[in-house]
Amino acid sequence: MTSKDSSTAAGIGRVLIAVYAVMALGATARSLFQIATKFNEAPVAYLLSALAGVVYIVATVALIRAGQRWFMVAVVAIVFELVGVLTVGTLSLVDAVLFPADTVWSSFGAGYLFIPLALPVLGLFWLYRVHKSQESR
Amino acid sequence: MVRRTMVEWFVWVQVIIAVLAGTAAIIVGFAGVKPNDYTLGATLLVEAMLLVQLVMAIIAPFVGNVATGSALEFWIYLVSAILIPPAAVMWGLIERNRWSSVVLGVACLSIAVMVYRMSQIWFVQLA
Repeated sequence: MTSKDSSTAAGIGRVLIAVYAVMALGATARSLFQIATKFNEAPVAYLLSALAGVVYIVATVALIRAGQRWFMVAVVAIVFELVGVLTVGTLSLVDAVLFPADTVWSSFGAGYLFIPLALPVLGLFWLYRVHKSQESR
Repeated sequence: MVRRTMVEWFVWVQVIIAVLAGTAAIIVGFAGVKPNDYTLGATLLVEAMLLVQLVMAIIAPFVGNVATGSALEFWIYLVSAILIPPAAVMWGLIERNRWSSVVLGVACLSIAVMVYRMSQIWFVQLA
């Protein structure tokens, strides 16, 4: 690993960043569309979707940037994402009116091939590995 | 009979090509292959087919083929999708390592999903 590169962006971390970037684009664009056209149908869910989009953007940037602070930002963003997908996923099964099926975290991200559920787990696993390899140096 | 200009068979050809190109790029990427003419070319082919979709989507309403769902949502998907392959190809040209091949694959698979969603918006809007 070169010293200039952020260690979270090295190797397979590159791929993680690419997936985060696509999710950031997809979730943000879709939630903006939903807020613009049918906000009243499910305001809570669509606002949470927009928030999810922002969290994906933050995670993407934090993984690219180097340094301890950005590492912590990445941890917080990805933990938030995991809590979000589990909470909203559960709520969407319990209360389909408050959380309709077409938001990014509904039904644990089923509409996005469960990538929203897998991504934070993989992300945290990756951050843990980077952290360990830094400690051992 | 109404002509369907978001042409259904074209959608399926595109989804299949994008899935094959994406899967192949991810496999060779993990095997250690850097982006080459084949993986970059396949990604560009996926992009070219998106541009065909763009032209067809502009023409479609004029020949009586109107989206059954939200046209705005369809266009958001299409424009977002068109941005992804060139970004991945740029990435693959700048950074010549195996992970860039995997990134090309991720881009192609994303396009497959987005084109499939676009076809749902166009053909089968249940709401």
